Amino acid sequence: MVPTIGVLALQGDVREHLAALSAAGVGAVPVRRPAELAAVDGIVLPGGESTTISKLLGIFELLDPLRARIADGLPAYGSCAGMILLAGEVLDGRPDQEQLGGLDVVVRRNAFGRQVDSFETDLDMTGVGSVRAVFIRAPWVEKTGADVEVLATVPGDAAQAAGRVVAVRQGNVLATSFHPEITGDLRVHAYFADLVRSA
Amino acid sequence: MSASSSEQVPAGQELGTARVKRGMAEMLKGGVIMDVVTPEQAKIAEDAGAVAVMALERVPADIRAQGGVARMSDPDMIQGIIEAVSIPVMAKARIGHFVEAQVLQSLGVDYVDESEVLTPADEAHHIDKWAFTVPFVCGATNLGEALRRISEGAAMIRSKGEAGTGNVVEATRHMRAMRSEIKRLGTLDEAELFIAAKELRAPVQLVAEVAAAGKLPVTLFTAGGIATPADAAMMMQLGAEGVFVGSGIFKSGDPAQRAAAIVKATTMFDDADVIAKVSRGLGEAMVGIDIPDLPDAQRYAQRGW
Repeated sequence: MVPTIGVLALQGDVREHLAALSAAGVGAVPVRRPAELAAVDGIVLPGGESTTISKLLGIFELLDPLRARIADGLPAYGSCAGMILLAGEVLDGRPDQEQLGGLDVVVRRNAFGRQVDSFETDLDMTGVGSVRAVFIRAPWVEKTGADVEVLATVPGDAAQAAGRVVAVRQGNVLATSFHPEITGDLRVHAYFADLVRSA
Repeated sequence: MSASSSEQVPAGQELGTARVKRGMAEMLKGGVIMDVVTPEQAKIAEDAGAVAVMALERVPADIRAQGGVARMSDPDMIQGIIEAVSIPVMAKARIGHFVEAQVLQSLGVDYVDESEVLTPADEAHHIDKWAFTVPFVCGATNLGEALRRISEGAAMIRSKGEAGTGNVVEATRHMRAMRSEIKRLGTLDEAELFIAAKELRAPVQLVAEVAAAGKLPVTLFTAGGIATPADAAMMMQLGAEGVFVGSGIFKSGDPAQRAAAIVKATTMFDDADVIAKVSRGLGEAMVGIDIPDLPDAQRYAQRGW
């Protein structure tokens, strides 16, 4: 059976994730309501503004159901803002920001700087291969728990950010600081689709 | 006029690519960007769920009321706004004023709006936006204008509407115009696309790209006259990917509540029950101006070409 993966559609680059999932051969539906969340086999938390999405999760009564489903093993993938939402702890966020949990990591918001510091680079991601990674006001992972697998770091040695952790997995939960959904490269979404199929 | 970032770029890392600039706007989709003139207003906007704030000297309604030359905001004020919030900060530069844009980039602003709401600084040239690391958003009233701005390097487009009027009719006109022109391109064959490009006064490659994709190659927001949650939702139903609200929030009776209501209506733009609920008890909307009452010189949408 072809699994159906939801994309949290409160705010952000929802269309790009839906298109990438469809192209990767799975069902893809937007999720804005509890009933829509209940019907999916996996969830993508898109790029966007994490403070806004966090607020809207509470307003539209998705925060508790989503937390519960992720705690229950629902496969989840977060890019950029999605990584921030999945992290156990966030640095440089707002005090009222809500966390979904799922990843035993500490993430620093806007860690690479402002938009003028946003960049793209090639990097190697375990299980996927070499990817063109696009970082937009991106977070990085500052600490990882014992059960967290590091899948990618920023390459290079001259760079201040070299070696920073930018892709992680813990069980069914995957997160990247960068945005594969805007590059046309489907491999990260295919990787997540495989994770959903085998969950 | 070099405007590259002063930071040293590590080998293999590319700053300010078209993908990074356009991608930034993609991340704002489904959100509301609010005009603010002080750090205090920026905090209110962030608390209400804005995806970004737009720093400017005076909101459009005040520019209309007070007249005079409207310019880029004071750098101290912009710095204060950047320090007050963690969401992206945009700021307006005058049409053609590339040095205001250089200053905004130097201040670390996340997006520059080359805006008709400010008094134009050049009557023939828009800013060469490819020369910058910071991305630009520009206003447009129709598809040809949008494509000319994109060919100059704009990484995001918004309808111009008629800012500071609290009247959504011009934004509606501009969104409908762009939507129908994009649809029409999809019906043309290759030979016809050359004529369409000539008529649109836009590069044929961009015209062909729009015809094939059925959308602009950059994010399309709406702006200019949005004052209520229903206005925002209507623009989203007409194909806007997000909303700029200018005077509509801080010229209303209860800015915090109105701002939060517009955010909710933008997310649930196709759900009338939600829009009805959030539209209750908002207090007074900003005072509106009917477009025929505006003298020609005060029609901002005519600025730019």
